[in-house]
Amino acid sequence: MKNKLILFVVVIFLSFCFIIFYKGLNTPNNYTPKVNEKKNIPIFKAKDFNSDSYINSDKIFEENTFYIVNIWASWCVPCRAEHPLLMQLSKNESIKLIGLNYRDNFSNAKKFIDDFGNPYSRILIDKDGTLGVEFGAFGVPETFLINKNKDIIKKFIGPINQEIVNEIKSIIK
Amino acid sequence: MKILKIFILIFLVTNFSELKSDETNDILKNKILKNIRCLICQGQSVYDSESEFASSIKLIVDRKINEGLKEKQIYQFLREKYGDWVIFDPKLNKNTYVLWLLPLLLFLLGGAIIYKKIVSNKNNKI
Repeated sequence: MKNKLILFVVVIFLSFCFIIFYKGLNTPNNYTPKVNEKKNIPIFKAKDFNSDSYINSDKIFEENTFYIVNIWASWCVPCRAEHPLLMQLSKNESIKLIGLNYRDNFSNAKKFIDDFGNPYSRILIDKDGTLGVEFGAFGVPETFLINKNKDIIKKFIGPINQEIVNEIKSIIK
Repeated sequence: MKILKIFILIFLVTNFSELKSDETNDILKNKILKNIRCLICQGQSVYDSESEFASSIKLIVDRKINEGLKEKQIYQFLREKYGDWVIFDPKLNKNTYVLWLLPLLLFLLGGAIIYKKIVSNKNNKI
């Protein structure tokens, strides 16, 4: 009876370990960020690209408007690839684009905008990357979709493509 | 002359305490940075990494310490931004309870086995 009990406990324990390790081996070990998690927009103060003055986040985002926050830099090659798509999105009247110029040189960033066009209604300067951290960004390019209640509803890591643009358009419709 | 000496003493004491506070902040900052995962690196902490992401996090942590935030509040801030994965030391929640409770269970099981063995050995001797 005693031996049976020990055997039972051992079998239960080994099965438990097996399930844990099996589950562990089946789940990917690399980090997958949550892209659909609803979050409030951060409260921050940032330098405006054009006026050189500081502006609070509550003055940037208004209610009842969809926003796109796009993190970009002139030195970022994928940012060039997504730029025409941002230009395309900027023509849509139901959404406003906010650019976050990430760890960039001002004259290079200005040249980038002059050469490729300005899709942004406002550009903010993120000289040291800390503003990006407030948004939960990893680097450039990264795009956040903000709904009419000032919540970040989607995060697109890497350059956006036509499929993402269509997805954004279907959300803001 | 006496007044001058007192002023020098006050100056030295206040500067020394400032240095000490900087040193404490640095120790806390390094402790926090060693416990934050660099999410774009492979198996590196923010403390060990020189990436842009890590340098931004270093600046943010420094700023939060200067704003007077406690260690736990800084971890909470980063968790809100990047999720639990950003912290090396995971918090007890539904995804990590096995990780936390398994060693305790094993410890209790081992203890029970040893206790039983001792008791049965004693009984055998009697």
